Amino acid sequence: MNPFDTYAIEEGVRLKERFNSGNNGNLDVEVIAVSMGPPQAEEVLKESISLGVDSGLLLSDRAFAGADTWATAATLARAIKKIDDYKLIILGKQTFDGDTGQVGPELAHKLNLPFIGYVSSILEIDYKKVKVKRLMEDRYEIIETRLPAAISVGKDINVPRVPSLRGKLKAKKAEIPVWDKNCLDIKEKEAGLSGSYTKVIKIFTPKVKHEVKIIKGSADEQVNELYKELKELGVI
Amino acid sequence: MEIKVDSKSCTGCGICRGVCMYDAIEIIDGMAVINESCVYCGACIDVCKFNSIEIVGMEELKERDFSDYSGVCVYLETNNRKIIDVGYELISTGRILADKLNVSLSAVAIGSELENDIGEVFKYGLDKLYIIDNPVFSVNLDDIFSKALAQVIDKYKPEIFLAGATMFGRTLIPKVAAILKTGLTADCTGLSIDEEKKILLQTRPTFGGNILATIITKNSRPQMATVRPHVMEKKKIKEEIGDFGERIEYIKIDQSKFKTKYKLVDIEKELEENINITDYDVIVSGGRGLGSGDKFSLLKELADILGGVVGASRAAVDSNWISYPHQVGQTGKTVNPKVYIACGISGAIQHLAGMLTSDIIIAINKDPDAPIFNIANYGIVGDLFEVIPKMIKKIKGGKSLI
Repeated sequence: MNPFDTYAIEEGVRLKERFNSGNNGNLDVEVIAVSMGPPQAEEVLKESISLGVDSGLLLSDRAFAGADTWATAATLARAIKKIDDYKLIILGKQTFDGDTGQVGPELAHKLNLPFIGYVSSILEIDYKKVKVKRLMEDRYEIIETRLPAAISVGKDINVPRVPSLRGKLKAKKAEIPVWDKNCLDIKEKEAGLSGSYTKVIKIFTPKVKHEVKIIKGSADEQVNELYKELKELGVI
Repeated sequence: MEIKVDSKSCTGCGICRGVCMYDAIEIIDGMAVINESCVYCGACIDVCKFNSIEIVGMEELKERDFSDYSGVCVYLETNNRKIIDVGYELISTGRILADKLNVSLSAVAIGSELENDIGEVFKYGLDKLYIIDNPVFSVNLDDIFSKALAQVIDKYKPEIFLAGATMFGRTLIPKVAAILKTGLTADCTGLSIDEEKKILLQTRPTFGGNILATIITKNSRPQMATVRPHVMEKKKIKEEIGDFGERIEYIKIDQSKFKTKYKLVDIEKELEENINITDYDVIVSGGRGLGSGDKFSLLKELADILGGVVGASRAAVDSNWISYPHQVGQTGKTVNPKVYIACGISGAIQHLAGMLTSDIIIAINKDPDAPIFNIANYGIVGDLFEVIPKMIKKIKGGKSLI
């Protein structure tokens, strides 16, 4: 599981607990975890059930492979439209490998939803709107928008729980439905590599361009040598 | 679309398995078998010595004509009525690309009551500046900004569009790309032109930063990319710019068509959190090797005499030794200081992704095998609690210790 998704899951489960407690009139909120990936991604969805999510949904088809952020957002948007009855989409702020953070805003655009990134706290939420605190470079913004909406979260929003024994048992028994391209009524050219606007043409390992100089000797000698080098470079 | 392995020529040598980033290849009965984790990246095809692997049935796209797209355009993000630094970095980068293509370089700034010294941008090599200055844009909100920006791009049709991967940019620009229905590559660390095909080559770290990928925008325009602040060099090329009035074009918008879905209720500045480590030329960073949070005072002392700031690895931040704004790395800040001193940091790939472009990297670590020594310019294998106090004394005194 992407590390940031654990915070998204925790926040979803906390909202459910908040709304479904008696004081809030038992709104019967449900949390669904959705993932797009190869069949093995089922494990990630089972893990999310063990963490308190009600059900999982896997979008999997060979036609989805090789998707860039745009094609990923397109496929997710189809599924979410099909789910239809939702109020809030919570995403991890970025994936661990690609690290682009682009799927959230692209998905929100396709669903015509407001999107608030880098949310560090949900301050208020009711059936119609949400008020959040979000982190910018040098400040926090308190911002409000209507629901349904999409938000992305980072690790400052909560401390994720560990799976409970009951959760693990539930996860073990859970059936994860799989939606393929036919189920989503998505054409091959709209998904995966074919549906992507960008294409990777080369993958390579970065080379260290400079020489590595290991300074040897006693601590005094090391410091003197480093000092000399830095002086020559004009740093000190 | 399908990826196939030719059973006759495949020897099961396993070279392809070694390059597959997705664990999608297994060697079964002396032959490569590709499973459902494959994303058709083609890395295995490139390394196969026997040309045994091919992708078949890929839908051929009709070549589209992009001759009406011309020029390089960059987005100048504003904060408090001023263009922020990454804008100048983008102009410098855009200039190089525009010269390679022999086309013009333009920029778009959106805001309210933008400051008068906006002509400064022409010193960095800009040809044309488009400004949308309207009270509706007094706060950076991605929905109305994306609409305005998409309209400008759609009207002037640049072949390349660049923007800063700031927190605002990372929300705004994907929306612009989505409106324009074109590709976008995030966080590029290298941008160049394929001179034969006249297309933009967008290079970025992937898989946590240990691998670089070069990406192209296939069949849509403009070719869009974001660049993290401080990654590209900002370079003034002219001191005098003369009369630039004609090179600025104010674009009028119909205010009633820009209604935001957001309401900015309040802004909170936290003083302690308000440090921006990317603003400093020297960063002294600490990691797990410090052992405890109070040891950061030693690093701060060194940073202070060098006119720098304290940074940290994720391990140090996760241990609550120092606050998150100090974190360098993939999940923290990307920094590009003149000098980066890594103290007690092993050099996990995620950390390196955030500081690899520093001019000079100095590593101090007890463990001679720490990966940080592979990328440092200067390495000191030793006890930082011995080395750093001596370093502080040396710089203060300027005399030899021996």
